[in-house]
Amino acid sequence: MTAWKSSLTLFLRYNNVSLLNCKKPHFSRRNAAHFTYHPDTNVPADGEKHKLNMYQAITNALDLALEKDPTAVVFGEDVGFGGVFRCTMGLQQKYGKDRVFNTPLCEQGIVGFGIGLAVSGATAISEIQFADYIFPAFDQLVNEAAKYRYRCGNEFNCGKLTVRAPCGAVGHGAHYHSQSPEAYFAHTPGLKIVMPRGPIKAKGLLLACIEDEDPCIFFEPKVLYRSAVDEVPIGHFTVPLGQADVVIPGSDVTVIGWGTQVHVLCEVAQMAKEQHNISCEVIDLMTILPWDSETIFKSVKKTGRVIISHEAPLTCGFGAELATTIQEECFLNLEAPITRVTGFDTPFPHIFEPFYIPTKWRCLEAVLDIVKF
Amino acid sequence: WTQNLEFLQPEKNPTIPTYRVMDVHGNILDPKQEPKLEDSFLVDLYKAMVKLSVTEKILYESQRQGRISFYMTSFGEEATQFGSAAALSNKDLVYAQYRETGVLLWRGFTIENIIDQCYGNDNDVAKGKQMPLHYGSKALHFVTISSPLATQMPQAVGSAYALKRAKESQCVAVYFGEGAASEGDAHAAFNFAAVLQAPIIFFCRNNGYAISTPAYEQYSGDGIASKGVGYGIATIRVDGNDILAVYNATKAAREYSLSDSRPTLIEAMTYRVGHHSTSDDSSAYRTEEEVKHWQEQNNPIYRFRKYLDGKQLWDNALQKDYEKQIRSEVMGALKKGEKTKKPAWIEMFKDVYSKAPSSLEKQKKYLTQHIQKFAEHYPLNSFKE
Repeated sequence: MTAWKSSLTLFLRYNNVSLLNCKKPHFSRRNAAHFTYHPDTNVPADGEKHKLNMYQAITNALDLALEKDPTAVVFGEDVGFGGVFRCTMGLQQKYGKDRVFNTPLCEQGIVGFGIGLAVSGATAISEIQFADYIFPAFDQLVNEAAKYRYRCGNEFNCGKLTVRAPCGAVGHGAHYHSQSPEAYFAHTPGLKIVMPRGPIKAKGLLLACIEDEDPCIFFEPKVLYRSAVDEVPIGHFTVPLGQADVVIPGSDVTVIGWGTQVHVLCEVAQMAKEQHNISCEVIDLMTILPWDSETIFKSVKKTGRVIISHEAPLTCGFGAELATTIQEECFLNLEAPITRVTGFDTPFPHIFEPFYIPTKWRCLEAVLDIVKF
Repeated sequence: WTQNLEFLQPEKNPTIPTYRVMDVHGNILDPKQEPKLEDSFLVDLYKAMVKLSVTEKILYESQRQGRISFYMTSFGEEATQFGSAAALSNKDLVYAQYRETGVLLWRGFTIENIIDQCYGNDNDVAKGKQMPLHYGSKALHFVTISSPLATQMPQAVGSAYALKRAKESQCVAVYFGEGAASEGDAHAAFNFAAVLQAPIIFFCRNNGYAISTPAYEQYSGDGIASKGVGYGIATIRVDGNDILAVYNATKAAREYSLSDSRPTLIEAMTYRVGHHSTSDDSSAYRTEEEVKHWQEQNNPIYRFRKYLDGKQLWDNALQKDYEKQIRSEVMGALKKGEKTKKPAWIEMFKDVYSKAPSSLEKQKKYLTQHIQKFAEHYPLNSFKE
């Protein structure tokens, strides 16, 4: 709860949103977190570990990237003083204004500029302040970044581009501080799309994105910046892209999610086990594109039942792609229709957020229904 | 501070003058402005303009005959391309829009390279993946062209920033039309370049039209040049049909960009003599007289020719021989390009990512099996195995 409150304070302090500028936000009690953080125990590296929250783990990753690669630059709106979510704290002091710098307030410029850096061989780590504001750069990402290598027969590429953007529900972000736009980009061959569920994965996946040879969009669930804390190895390590993580093994139902929703699903698995003796296998997809079908099919062939859950709206959400592919590949193993528990087909609402998000109760109901089918 | 309640009226600002070195008859206006270029260099420049013009006339006709699917000529804009290309170092990185084939030719792109790309045959470096005219060459420092307008502009700024950090004595030149300058990406690029101090030359070809839209429906200020100053960019407007003026301006812009590590903007005033593309009939929106005037009275090639005539560097016999030589080169390349097979269709799956993901490998395998079963329904004969 304390962490949550300070996250609110941070949000109020750094985001000049008039609705949120009142001294005592009337929503501070209403928005108890809709999830309990499930610490990451799958630690991919040895060596010294520190207790870090997600924004600190991201700063740690950026620090290592800047240290290792002299061509690497970090830029975006307000990243110079440390970023509105503190992800770039101290980096400008350490690496200089030519490597960590503010840009004018213009998302299409930020991504276009980043592509150009990458084309000339520099490692470009750009930030879009909120995933909700990535759409002005949609053209640069979809028509340009994604197709760069393909259209010129690999004469040029922008593989050294990484775009970071805070995404997802935050309790009170309404339409433009809550969106999860991963499905828009998942329809675009050439991009890689990644979303971590906590500090360890954020650091390892972000470093993997930065070092990857293809343009990557790295969505950071902003509600986890302060509320998620792991024992993070402070040295360099990567978590491979394109691989899912089985967070909780199980035998009755496969539940698939990414980002914050993985923690909702972990709690659901716990409730299903303790209260109903149902064993759920929780999988964190981590990379949305290209996604790890092998791990998913293996799990579904074992359990025969699948629930997919994401915060984004239902229609054409990434759950639809997973469901269709699973149906094609695991038809003979399925014991029940694949179920999707997602946000509704509405804009992300302000005061109705508790009714909009795919809560643990909606997920639990889906688990109870699917085993009875 | 002022106590005068007075709006700045754009109409009251003096129009930015157009820099000119020679008049329409090829006479030097101010001898101090004449660049001291070697005779052989002047002849090379002229030959390059003729080469582009002759090549494009044939390619335009080939499209009419259905031999290639699409083409866009540079008629009337040859001076903007060669004047600027000649003033750059061949290592300066170029980002283009699509009407800059001359820049590539100047750097050593061959007529065969052009034709292979237009056919999308197996000799095209991009293996036929893009429409004709979307050229690119890493060796010639010319970033591959893409259709979405102005997207290259903020990218060019990013590249210039990277070159500055790498302490390379290279700058970036980015070309765009006056229509593309209306895109949001143009605004992004000008502003980023000025604020982040990127060594870049913005080169605007203001040819009066964006397809059918005349410039007066594109902007109501003093062209593109007047915008530069608002962004804090050193700016000049030049006569785009005067190759010496374009050369001088680009050369000075390059020196300024590199020494001061700041952007410059050149607006080259010219006229699009040809149709927008082979998919356009420009007589639907402009008069023949207008086109004829520019084609005959203010033609960049004729103007430069008159300048060379004054120096006795060229004559009609040389012209005839050279045109003949280029024509036969183009016809040869066309024949060869036509006969060369298209790339193997499997190339379609390459270079989406640095390494194909398993999902894509699966799709490739599926198509391979499908084509084996239904081979007679696909144009396999024109593609390599």
